[in-house]
Formats: sequence, structure tokens, C-alpha cells
Amino acid sequence: MKKYSGLSLVTGALRHNRNWQPAWRKPDPKREYDAIIVGGGGHGLATAYYLAKEHGVRNVAVLEKGWIGGGNTGRNTTIVRSNYLWTEASLLYEKSLKLWENLSQELNYNVMFSQRGVYNLGHTLQDMRDIERRVGANRLNGIDAEVVNAEQVKQAIPLINTSPDARYPILGASLQRRGGVARHDAVAWGFARAADALGVDIIEQCEVTAVNRDGGQVTGVETTRGRIASKKIGVVVAGNASVLASMADLRLPIESHPLQAFVSEPLKPVLDTVVMSGAVHGYISQSDKGELVIGAGIDAYLGYGQRGSFQTIEHTMEAIIQLFPMFSRVRMLRSWGGIVDVCPDACPIISKTPVQGLYFNCGWGTGGFKATPGSGWVFAHTIAQDRPHELNAPFDLNRFTTGALIDEHGAAAVAH
Amino acid sequence: MFLIQCPWCGNRAETEYRYGGEAGISRPKDPDALSDAEWSDYLFYRSNPRGAHKELWNHAQGCRRWFEVERDTVSYKIARSYKLADRNSESGS
Amino acid sequence: MQLDRLKTGGRIDRTRPLNFRFNGKTYSGFAGDTLASALLANDVALVSRSFKLHRPRGIVGAGAEEPNAIVQVGTGASTLPNMRATQVELYDGLEARSTKGWPNLRFDLAALNDRFSKVFGAGFYYKTFMRPKAFWKYYERFIRASAGFGIAPTEPDPDSYEHRNAHCDVLVAGGGPAGLMAALVAARSGARVIIADEQNEFGGSLLSGSESIDGKPAAEWVNAVIAELRDRGNVTVLTRSTVFGYYDHNFIAVAEHCSDHKGERAADGVRERLWRVRADQVVLAQGAFERPLVFCNNDRPGVMTASAVSTYINRYGVCPGKRAVVFTNNDSAYRTALDLNNAGIPVVVVDCRKSGAGSLGATADAAGITVLRGHIVSDVIGRHRVSGIRIARWDGDTQSTFDSTIRIDCDLLAMSGGWSPAVHLHSQSGGTNAWDETRHCFVPAESAQANVSAGACNGHWSLKACLQDGIDAGAEVAARCGLRTMPVELPVTTEGTDNPMQALWRVPASKDPDRCPKQFIDYQNDTSVADVRLAAREGYRNVEHVKRYTALGFGTDQGKLGNINGMAILAECLGKTIPEVGTTTFRPVYTPVTFGLGAGENVGELFDPIRKTAIHERHQAAGSPFEVVGQWHRPWYFPQGGEDLHAAVARECLATRNSVGMMDASTLGKIDARGPDVVEFLERIYTHDVGRMKVGRCAYGIMLREDGMLMDDGVMARLGEHQYYLTTTTGGAANVLNWLETWLQTEWPELKVYLTSLTDSFSTIAVAGPKSRDVLQNAGCSIDLGKENFSFMSVQQAVLAGFPVQLFRVSFSGELAFEINIDSAYASQMWQILMESGKEFDITPYGTETMHVLRAEKGFVIVGQDTDGSVTPVDLGMNWLLSKNKDFLGKRSLSRQDCVRDDRKQLVGLLSVDGSTVVPEGTQLIEDPGAPKPVPMCGHVTSSYFSATLGHPIAMALVSAGHRRKDETIYAYLADNLVVPVTIVSPVFYDAKGARQNV
Repeated sequence: MKKYSGLSLVTGALRHNRNWQPAWRKPDPKREYDAIIVGGGGHGLATAYYLAKEHGVRNVAVLEKGWIGGGNTGRNTTIVRSNYLWTEASLLYEKSLKLWENLSQELNYNVMFSQRGVYNLGHTLQDMRDIERRVGANRLNGIDAEVVNAEQVKQAIPLINTSPDARYPILGASLQRRGGVARHDAVAWGFARAADALGVDIIEQCEVTAVNRDGGQVTGVETTRGRIASKKIGVVVAGNASVLASMADLRLPIESHPLQAFVSEPLKPVLDTVVMSGAVHGYISQSDKGELVIGAGIDAYLGYGQRGSFQTIEHTMEAIIQLFPMFSRVRMLRSWGGIVDVCPDACPIISKTPVQGLYFNCGWGTGGFKATPGSGWVFAHTIAQDRPHELNAPFDLNRFTTGALIDEHGAAAVAH
Repeated sequence: MFLIQCPWCGNRAETEYRYGGEAGISRPKDPDALSDAEWSDYLFYRSNPRGAHKELWNHAQGCRRWFEVERDTVSYKIARSYKLADRNSESGS
Repeated sequence: MQLDRLKTGGRIDRTRPLNFRFNGKTYSGFAGDTLASALLANDVALVSRSFKLHRPRGIVGAGAEEPNAIVQVGTGASTLPNMRATQVELYDGLEARSTKGWPNLRFDLAALNDRFSKVFGAGFYYKTFMRPKAFWKYYERFIRASAGFGIAPTEPDPDSYEHRNAHCDVLVAGGGPAGLMAALVAARSGARVIIADEQNEFGGSLLSGSESIDGKPAAEWVNAVIAELRDRGNVTVLTRSTVFGYYDHNFIAVAEHCSDHKGERAADGVRERLWRVRADQVVLAQGAFERPLVFCNNDRPGVMTASAVSTYINRYGVCPGKRAVVFTNNDSAYRTALDLNNAGIPVVVVDCRKSGAGSLGATADAAGITVLRGHIVSDVIGRHRVSGIRIARWDGDTQSTFDSTIRIDCDLLAMSGGWSPAVHLHSQSGGTNAWDETRHCFVPAESAQANVSAGACNGHWSLKACLQDGIDAGAEVAARCGLRTMPVELPVTTEGTDNPMQALWRVPASKDPDRCPKQFIDYQNDTSVADVRLAAREGYRNVEHVKRYTALGFGTDQGKLGNINGMAILAECLGKTIPEVGTTTFRPVYTPVTFGLGAGENVGELFDPIRKTAIHERHQAAGSPFEVVGQWHRPWYFPQGGEDLHAAVARECLATRNSVGMMDASTLGKIDARGPDVVEFLERIYTHDVGRMKVGRCAYGIMLREDGMLMDDGVMARLGEHQYYLTTTTGGAANVLNWLETWLQTEWPELKVYLTSLTDSFSTIAVAGPKSRDVLQNAGCSIDLGKENFSFMSVQQAVLAGFPVQLFRVSFSGELAFEINIDSAYASQMWQILMESGKEFDITPYGTETMHVLRAEKGFVIVGQDTDGSVTPVDLGMNWLLSKNKDFLGKRSLSRQDCVRDDRKQLVGLLSVDGSTVVPEGTQLIEDPGAPKPVPMCGHVTSSYFSATLGHPIAMALVSAGHRRKDETIYAYLADNLVVPVTIVSPVFYDAKGARQNV
């Protein structure tokens, strides 16, 4: 892998940029791999990377039915934070956040992780109780978190409406300074390039059509590019997890919903942090390009269409204007939707399955992007060792039978 | 925004309705007879298909009736909607 | 001086001159101008700088496709960022400026970027700014400051917006020849039609040309059609209305721009109106976009699309240059050459085709226009403005170029690379597109919804074909609506014959594509041929990867000009065909829409309805602040004489405990449940033995979700053999009714039960305290309120102070108490009567905060505060409420492995060891304050108050295995190194035996 640096750009310029190599190869699938990752999103590519790097499993294929990073990785609002309520969740996301903090250097690919802080606003007394509870839990878990009052919110975000006469006045917020945003596409490309350099085959336009088993053991997959054998298959396909599960006669406790987001036209800097509000139901940040990046909750119905209903966009605009009345004159440039697979407890499943050698990583709902490196890290461990890492052990499928759910609905009342 | 036909009130905009999830999930007659795994299947596991889906909708801002809709989860096209009482017949529209 | 204004012609009103300012300088234009046409009339070529390389840029288009002329319009609170000058209608006093360029537009220091453009190739930022790690935030600050175009207003929007729902048989998007024809045919068939066009007048491409219809100028035909449409009762005609979104089930979103053309502010009425249209059928007739040609320095100010040049000449009476060259690969640009020639502008046509054009070519020859067939423009000379071009001979058959050093001086270069149908809405609706090998464009293929594409939007270029396609589309949609159509005669037009277009995606240059001067594909984002090649070289070969890596199509024009060229050049680069490379997704919106439009009226107070109780105004008069609880505003406390929350609450608590207090409990959910099977139904819902309740008795009841977690609680009363009155929490009222209805309809339809919400019909006043009985007696009560006749936890009908009421002897404070249910119409009056009747006992109104303290002293939980969706009734010590005699919702879940763990978090009381610290609600509890992080947590404080009655703080908490840890000391974590020891006690702090309420 040729190293990227400022110097490499100058060298490239002198050679009219003809010297650059593909960021990842375009190999044909081999007949067999030590492990197959189904799904070339950020999570899948990260899994392959950590399999190769941390566990020495380099004979790995990532199978992607379309183009890498084309699912939710390229469709989210890029918020990264770890201030979850329950210890199980916050430790998992914190692992991810720690990986984020060195990711550009680790991958030698600038993923533009920008720790500009995340404010979760409180509008009611109960919101403030919940914030107090969550911040305390975060701090005890060694995660940076603060409770700030309305004045502090106003200082950090001068345009925000902190009037006590607002329909949902801002009483305060939690602040995680280490939280922020990243460049979503770069995460997929960076992991792909680094995984490829370690020998991982990234195979695009290769859709899995069947999961082959011999008794209770997985043996490989049928794909649109032929049969590929492997005794270990990790499935990490976001919204389509149920479809893949059904190929192995499994059912999952998830439902797939549309989640929409939109951006404004690019503006000069007006918002230097990430603002999220559960009560008015919206969240907003400003990208390095200047676009306001905005999202809200899922559409209620089941949907694989990568689009949702317009009234959801309308409600989100109402919410943003509640918080920032001046953005009323700002224009939406583009809106889009992804498919999020939602678990009953708003927490993921990173788990072995009843089929030996078949592993599922799904159910991230609306919050998967921030977990990309951490998810890949624990999933790689789970696949390589055939047992979960202690960080993802609580996210076993079995929790739905025992009832040991990790109910993050409170913390995830609004998508993110 | 969907256009959904309430079997009682006719075509109305999606905003009048509340989505109720997969149809045909019956509450087990004798929950105590079920294993934890069987009970959890009823509680949490759904077919979540990519394609045809029978689902419940409630005309929340109208007649407040629940009814079933057959909708494609990719194209979002609605094949038919019908009263719960007619769920086993081919009628409805 | 409008130097470039033609003497005659155009659709402007020369009798109405308008002054405007651009970048601080005053200019004049005419009514009917856009900002772009007025700038061109004033010979302003340089209007902006590009996003990354800060290259000087001029106006290139004449409509929604404009990538360069992005300006800030207006001032202060009403300023508008990122407006396309081509779509800004001129008004008197308009203020506009460029937002790029420092110190100014002409001398922009950041233009240095252009010198090093090879360093700033596609995706350069992914390869650098990584070391040292800590510097990223400084790099980023710089990047952010240099990015972005417009400036957001910093004050709230002074204007208003509205939503309007509409239904129609046929919606026609676009009012050009095809759209008008389709609307006319559909309207004559009797269909309810809405026709919307984004411009200020109808006609579409006809406004830009000089064609005639039925022997008259096309505009006359347009006026006649519009007049007929307007006269019909079944047609809604919308101008300045952009169909921007095509959603499922033929839901169409239209943005009507009501006031921007009149001035900065919407002086009268709304600024924008969102039409939310449900159409049975849709005709898509939005026309086509002309593609630029991709040659060296094709971004210099003065390089424009040919159709834009024609538009400026014919519609606005402006010629954007004095010496012109037309560079084309197809026939349509010859019209521009003729327009220029007619306007007296010297013009040379450079046509890459050896054959040149068809009949238009002959016309051009006849007009004496120099036509250089088999030639290409290889480079453009001039920086801030085109000063000339270089041309070369080119053989389209062999694709070979012959060096030539011919230079032509000119200040205007009109280019045409062919046309791309505006398939945006068709694609948004889910329709597919197919590559047409002869027309070299994507045309609509399969429709996914009930729509038809017509005219240029459907790949037809000639006027005759567009009109015919419009007729066919109108007839088709009318027929689909079940209507009969009358035959409509095709208007007469003059048609020539066209020679086929020559595909010319990347124009050859003197050097190879990686070394030659920049050949731009996407102007706004500075995406050049070299960038696309670099992306492909680096493995970003899927069209979506190329777009994302090079930012192609991510500008505010959404790639309307550049996307097809980009895909074709990528295809060339990969040795694939264009359809193999594929098309990209067209996402909503067609052109940007304001957030204000989406929000409509639902801003400010109207964001969410506020629910107020019938007694709200009295509380307001009493000076109560309100607590937001769901949509409700509830009185929080009633301060007297400058009291703060704590002082007021202490007074209210003591008054209630020692004498009598009164609160407005109207927000509690109230449901009447009745019917022959009501007992069976409620047995399945509630956990206790509902059927054992005697008529006239009340009981505390809880309901669980199927996963066993507490969902809601409240008092229920049995009013009759088959009638119950249920109360719910304030926040849970709607959910509970939904829950009951859902089970009744979907699972147990055989049960005959009728549910009615009474939440708004009845108001509830709680009178609590040892003197409460006296207050009611003073008010005049028809029943004996004594313990023997009216015992604790019972209900009776009564007449109180002359009003029929339902009286409940229930207590949420632990005191002798009555809840009075009264018709909401009389509630406010009753409140006043009770205040009078209680005067001698100093009756004290109290709010939600005192209610919380009083109930906490008694250990009563608040669902949603002391529970969070992960708490079972067993956790709360409510085993006594769980019937063993029946099944109920959620019961099965309680025996799951995790629900029977003995270390679950359980409800307890907490007392601060120091006897004085009120631990904040939400505080985490730990066992070992010295433990290293992550510190295990054993629970958290759910409720915490200073109890004036007890003289010390009290708290409720969920603590792991709390029920068996009485008297243990644990720690409340306030901050690192700041913990407060607390002792676990019973959550019932006051009158544990319940003697006070049972008197």
C-alpha cells in the first residue's frame, strides 16, 4: 500500500496524478476462503480489516452486492458519540470511539473524524433527569460527559433558540466533547484500502443468493459470481439482515424501516457542533463542505425502498426551525433514505447463531455508523475465536429469550 | 405519503393512520405452556420480508378501526386492504 | 448603462426600469428580467468563484441548471443564501452579492488554488491533513472557512409559509408546449387538472425561441391556451410553482413562490406555499437540459450553453457578447447562431460534424454565417472573460484531431453538447430510464407509478413532436381517469430536418487528458475530466463512487448540467458503454426548497398543540409557572410573594398535610369501559382481580406490556356490573386507549366492550388533606361524606355546590382526599367555589411538584419517572397486584430467566446519611467510591425531594437487589471525588400504615 501524505500529493501532481494505484483491487472470487464477510459496508470492511490485522486471518473475502459503502454507510448523518445509557452499550460504543480517535492514522486515510462535541438537548424536567442519569453513568464508565444548562448551550451554539417561551424550551443538555462527525464514504474506502493491503479480497457486484450448510455447519455461499466456500461466514448487511437470515432458515428479532435524512445547500460555518433533540425530534450538524446535515426518526412502516414519506421530512424541518428559527430560509438540497434494521431494545445483535460458523451482526437501527470500527473489531473477534468478545457478549441473540434486553430506547428516542 | 384505503372510510392519506406491524401474530392461547424461546418468538421475532407483507394499520384519526393491508415493502405498492374479519377471504380491495 | 441590451425584443417591460445592486454597485434592468439577464445586460461577466479552485466564473445557463451564478440575495433577517441568479426575478432595490472571493471577486487570493490544482485533485483531502493528529482541528477550521457558498440569516425568519392539500385527476408538471397541450386535452375531457410551471410565465422553451405556432408567434398560442385553461372551472393554473418531489402513491409536492419576485419580504400574505397534491395521474413535461461540451477551459466567463444564449436574446432582449462562436455537436445550436445573427452579432459556428446540420445548416449558410464543419474548440483564451478560442480540425469517424492553431477572437462561446431529458421526477417516482443510442440521452422507460412523460422530457426535440406527445399524453391520462377525450388538432409548426448528433463527450485537446488545461464536467465543484480519470485509476469505478470521490453532481445544481457528461467520460475511461456505467439515483428534491416551506404553519407555538385544562386561566392568574408534560401545560407550583420553587412547594406540602390543598388533576387519562364482556376484557389487561371489585369500589391497577414491563397505572372504579371507569397517567392516556382498542379489535373481537375517552369531557379536581371533607361539606354536598357512608377507595355520584359530580375517595397524597370529576364546562367555576369553601382552612392550590413530593413521601411511583420501560411490577414490590388466578398481558414474561434474577434493580427509598443533601434526580448509585473506572453502578435515583413534612430529604431509587438490602449504605455519585453516602430504606416514608387516608 502506497502511503498517503501531503508529500505524496505533491509527487502525484508532478506526475500528473498518473502514479496513483487503486485503493483496493478488483479480484475475482477464489473458490474458498478462511472467512467470508457478507456486506461491504463500513461494518463489514472493518470486520475484514480487523480479522486480518488483529487475528491474522487474511484469507478473507468481503462480498458486496452493489458498491462498497453504498448502503447505510453512505446514507447516514455521520454522528459519532458514545454517551449511551446502559453500561453494555456505552462500553461498546466507547471502544468504537477510541478506535475513531486514531482511525485516520491507523488506516492512513483521512476519515475526517471531527470531535466537535455532541449536545443532546433536554426540554422537560424528565429529559433533565434522564440526562443527569446518563451523564453520571457515562462518567462512571470513564466516558467524557457533562450536564450543561441553557446558557451554556446558548454560548456554544449562538443561533439556537433558548427562549423560555419556545414551545419546547431548552432546559439544558448533555455534552460529550469527544463526540462529533466523520466523513462517511471515507470510512468505507479507508477500511477497504487497508484491508485490501492485508490481503483481503473485496468483491463488488457479488450478491449472495443462498447460504450453504452441511447439517448444522455453514459451508459457503452461492453468489451471482458463483459458489464460494468457507466454514466461517459473518453477515453484516444492515437493513437486509432478515433476508440473509431467511437463507439460513433463521428468523431475527428485527424489523427494517426507512430512515430519512437531508442536507441543506452549502453555507458558510453557522454551527460548530452536533445538536440532537429527542423531544422536538431532530438532529443537525454542519459538514465540512458547509451543508447542514439533518435527520430525525424512522418512518413507522416496514420498508426496504430506501425512501420514506414526505411528512417525515416536513416534521423534521419543523423541529429544526423550532431549534433554529433562522434556518427557515435555508433550503434543502437533497434528501434520501436508508434501510435500518431495528431491534426491540434499540441495541444491535453481534452474535453466533444456531448454525455453526454463521455469525450475524445486525440490528444497529439508526445508530450504526458511529459503531463502525468497534463493531468490526468485536465481530472480527467473534468470528476468529468463535466466541464473542466480552464487549459484545451482552449483544447475543439469546437475550431475547432470557429477557436480558439492553433497553436504549430512552437514549435513542431520536435516530442518530 | 401513502394513500391507504380504510375498508370503512375509503382512501385517506397516510397521516391519518397508525402503523401496527406485521399482521397475523396471534397471542398464544396458553402462554404458560410455551418455552421461553417460543414465547420470545411471539414477542420479538418477525418475518420482516423484502416483498409482500401483510400488516396492520389503524385509522387513528378517522374511525379508529384496525384493518389489514397487503403491501410490498420494496415498491410500497398496496395490493389490497380489508377488514380483519375478512382476512381469510379474497375480498377487499 | 445596459450596454448589452438589444434595442428591441424580449419579454421585458422597457417602460418599467428597476434599480438593483450587485457587489455594492448599482445597476438597472427592466421588469421581466432575472438577476442574471440584468447582469448580462450590464456586461457583468464575472459573477462568482468556483468552490475549490476559486476560478472566475460567469453565468452559464438560464434556469434551474445554473451552477455558477450562486449569489446572496437580500439583507438581514430576510437574506437568502445560494440563490441562482438565473431564477431570481428582478425587483426594484434588489441587493445581491457574490459570497466567494477575498478580498474581492476579481482579485481572489484563494485563486492560487488553481495554480496548484493538480495537488487538489479528486479526493486529495483523504490523503493528507493526517499528521500531526492534533492538527486536524486546525486544518478543518481552515477547510470549513473556505467551504460553503451562502450565508444563513442569523435572525428568525420574518415571513410565513403555508401548506395546502389538493386532489386532482391530472397533475401536469411543466408548462411548455407538451405540458400545455396535455393539460388542454385533459381539461377538455373534464378532468380536474393542476398545471404547475416553475417560471413566472407559461411557455417553457417557447419563451426562449422565435418559433411560430399556427402561423403566429408561439407566445400568442401560449396565451390562448392559458386563457382557456384559466376559464375552465376544472383547472388550477400555478405559475412560479416548482414540482420538486414525486413520492409514493402519486403524492406530489409543489413549491409555489408567492412573493420573492416582489421584494425581500412577503409584504402581504405568505412567502411560499406548499401544495401537497394527490394526483390520480401525472404528466411529466419538464423539458430537457442542454449539456455543455467538455473542452479545455470551458468554464471561462462568457462560455454559456447555446440555449441560454438564445433565452437571453429572445426572452430578455440581452446579448451576452459582441462577437460569438457557437460550438456544437448537434443541430439545435444553429438556432442560437441564427438568433445571434439576427441580433446583429457576428457569429461563427464550430460544428464537430463533418456533415454539419440539416435544414438549419442551410439556413445558416443562407444567412451568411461562417460554419466550420468538422472542427472542435480545443481551448479557450481569457481568464476573467473569454477573449478568444482555439480550434482544431477533427474527424468524427476516426476520432482523430488535426493540429491547427487557428484562433478566433470572441467574447461569447455558446456550446451545445446535446440534450438530456429532465427525467428527475420520473426517476424519483421509481421509474426506470433507458439509454437512447441515437438521441444520446437517457429517456424514461418503465413508469413505476401512474404517470406519463411527454415532450422533451420524453426525448422529443422538435416542437411538432412535443406538441403531439403532449396531445397523446393528455389523452392517455384522461382515458386512465375514465374520461372521454375529444380529438384535438395538432397545431401547425414549421419543421426542418435535423442531421444526427455526433457523440462528443470529451473534446480532444492538444495534450492528453491528464496534462491539458482543465476540462470541466461539474463547474460548481470543479470536477474535471482529469478528476474522473484519477478516480477510475484509483479504483473508484462505480458511478456512485466516482460521484462521491470527485463530488461530481453534488453541487447545488445537483448535476443537471454535468452528470451525463461525467458518466459518459467515465464510460470512455473504463472502456464501457454508458448504460453499463449506469445512471445515478435522482433524489428529491428537483430544485432546493426552504425548510420554512416544509414546516408550513407548524412553527413557533403551532409546532405542537398545547393542551390546557379547563382551569388553566385561573392557574395563570394565580401566577403559576407551567410544567410541560407531553402536550399538556400543567401548573408546576403556585408561588406567593416572591417564593422560589422550594419555598412554595414546602408551604404547599405542609398546608396539605396539616389542613387542605387542592390540585388540578384534569390531565389524567379517563376512559369509560363498558359492555357485557368488560370484566373479562379488563381481567386480561390489568394484573389484579378486576372481577372481584364490588360496584362502587375503586382499586389501584397496573397494566404491563407483553414483555412484562410496567406500562401504565391508575385508579379504576367499578361503576356498574358492566361498567368501569379507568384512569391513566397524563402521558399515557392516548397510548392506553390505543392499547385497549388494539387488543379488543385485533385479538379479542368476540368481546363486547365499548371504550370512550373522557379525558377532555371531564375535569378532575383533587382536594386533599385533613380538612378536605369540611371543604366539600361547606360547598354543599348531596351525600354523606362520612367514613361509614363513603369509605376510602369508593366512588359515588353526588351533587356538589349544585353541580352533578362523580366523587372518588382516593388519595395520591396519603391524606384524606376526594377527587371530583366534573363536566369540563363547569370545572373552572367549581375550582373557584372550592377555593371559597376552603377559605377558612386556608385551602392551598398546589401544582405538580408538590403532588410529586406528597406521593414520594408515601412511596407511590410515577410511571415514566420511577420506571423506564425496563421495570417489572415485581421490581417495584407490587407482587400483591399480580393475580395468580388468571392470565394477563405480560404475565408470561415475568417468569423469564432475566425477570427472576434476584439482583434486578428494585424500588427502594434512600436517606442521605448527612440528613441534608438532596441528591439530584438521575444520580447514579455505586457501592465502592474508590473503584477504578469503569465503576460498577448498582442503581440510580428516580425521585428526590426535600420533605418539609419530615424535615429531611427523601429519595426513591432503583437499586440492584434493593429489596433485601435495607439499611445498607451505598453512595450517590455526584462527580468524580464527590459522593454522598445514602442509606437504603423502605420507599414509604410517611404514615406507613395508611391511617391518614382512611379516616
